[in-house]
Amino acid sequence: MYLNSIALSPERIQRLQEIASTSIGPLIEGAIKFTIPLAILAFIIGLTIAIFTALARISTSKVLRGLARVYVSIIRGTPLLVQLFIIFYGLPTIGIVIDPFPSAVIGFSLNVGAYASEIIRAAILSIPKGQWEAAYSIGMNYSQALRKIVLPQAARVSVPPLSNSFIGLVKDTSLAATILVAETFRRAQEIASMNYEFLFVYSMAALVYWVICFVLSIIQGRVEKRLDRSVGKGGIS
Amino acid sequence: MITIEGLKKSFGSLEVIKNVDLEIGQGKVVVIIGPSGSGKSTLLRCLNVLETPNAGKITIDGQQLDFDKPVSKKSISTFRRLTGMVFQSYNLFPHLTATGNVTEGLKTVKGVSKKDAQQKAEQLLEKVGLTAHKDKYPYQLSGGQQQRVAIARALAMDPKVMLFDEPTSALDPELVNEVLHVMKDLAHEGMTMAVVTHEMKFAREVADEVIFIDGGVIVERGVPSQIFTNPQHERTKKFFSLLQ
Repeated sequence: MYLNSIALSPERIQRLQEIASTSIGPLIEGAIKFTIPLAILAFIIGLTIAIFTALARISTSKVLRGLARVYVSIIRGTPLLVQLFIIFYGLPTIGIVIDPFPSAVIGFSLNVGAYASEIIRAAILSIPKGQWEAAYSIGMNYSQALRKIVLPQAARVSVPPLSNSFIGLVKDTSLAATILVAETFRRAQEIASMNYEFLFVYSMAALVYWVICFVLSIIQGRVEKRLDRSVGKGGIS
Repeated sequence: MITIEGLKKSFGSLEVIKNVDLEIGQGKVVVIIGPSGSGKSTLLRCLNVLETPNAGKITIDGQQLDFDKPVSKKSISTFRRLTGMVFQSYNLFPHLTATGNVTEGLKTVKGVSKKDAQQKAEQLLEKVGLTAHKDKYPYQLSGGQQQRVAIARALAMDPKVMLFDEPTSALDPELVNEVLHVMKDLAHEGMTMAVVTHEMKFAREVADEVIFIDGGVIVERGVPSQIFTNPQHERTKKFFSLLQ
């Protein structure tokens, strides 16, 4: 009886085709309007936070080091979902009301900032001391040496792990469904709750995420190739 | 050109430079020799404040840093522009071409336009015999070529003094001469140079003065002919006998 109901009769195939054609539009719309912008915005803001956090962690100032460590510890030590709930459902109780999308941007940016700061810190520390010394020896100050000499080299080292972070971020944005952002997964939940085709609709949502991540990994390969120009094929400086 | 007074540098409890006084005249080439761990590299690195001395004064071309008082970061980077440094391991910027290595400081530190920087780089790369390699990245160059780019990079900033920290020690033997050749040319043009090296032949031919350092103090100094053929001090004699 139960098995019969999922057997692929011609009528059922036709029904699924209809659901596919009517729901693919909203799913892609959710991706274009929310999933992708959310991921890109959070990544850009998060990377900026990450660079400053990484610099604070390797600075000579105890206060900066301490602040950065506390920030990273709090963000890494608590679940992303809980952070999103605190921002969206928690803060209004003390009078801070933020819309779903900005809430998500804040939450994901803080998250990327903490995790990527560790990647960037490691990348900066992997650049030999001699590079700093050579930069200083031609009269550069700390920020010039950092911007012109160290960060460009650190960028190359950190592209693969940062790409991983970005791909992870794209998938994590599905958590924004829980704070009412009408992104891909929330659209899927809405559609599935109407037609009860959970397996089919959620699989379609998964496909949308997979396509985005597939394109991203192609872009990652190109960026890596471009940055490797100066060190030869697969070589390290 | 350079005056060093009462220079001291310690790493933790290890005293590496113990009260060194030294004067290097305009256009003079001074070669600093000594056993490993003697403090010769540290002395050189103090001259452009890659190591911050614990005490003493350094004066280069009339500008003085007094390390008996706190020294600001800004005065250090201004002071560094008086010297050009060539490192044992070249330390070229791997993400920039030969030309890029030479122009970066000009553009970033001196605010020279891209075109003028490019032109200067071309002149300097020609001077060190690398015109044909100007668009190559460091990994595409031999050690000797990389070191010559490093010399051009340092010269680009128009330093008053060139500092060489074992510039040929990391090179294959057959590549040593092309670097020494460039250094000799510089010396003949009247550049003031302080060179830490194990190349005794270079010291004999080019140096105006040879300084022997051991245990963080200047043990003996003099013209090459005197130091090499008739060293006065026991430690200097022993050092040369070990070199034979």
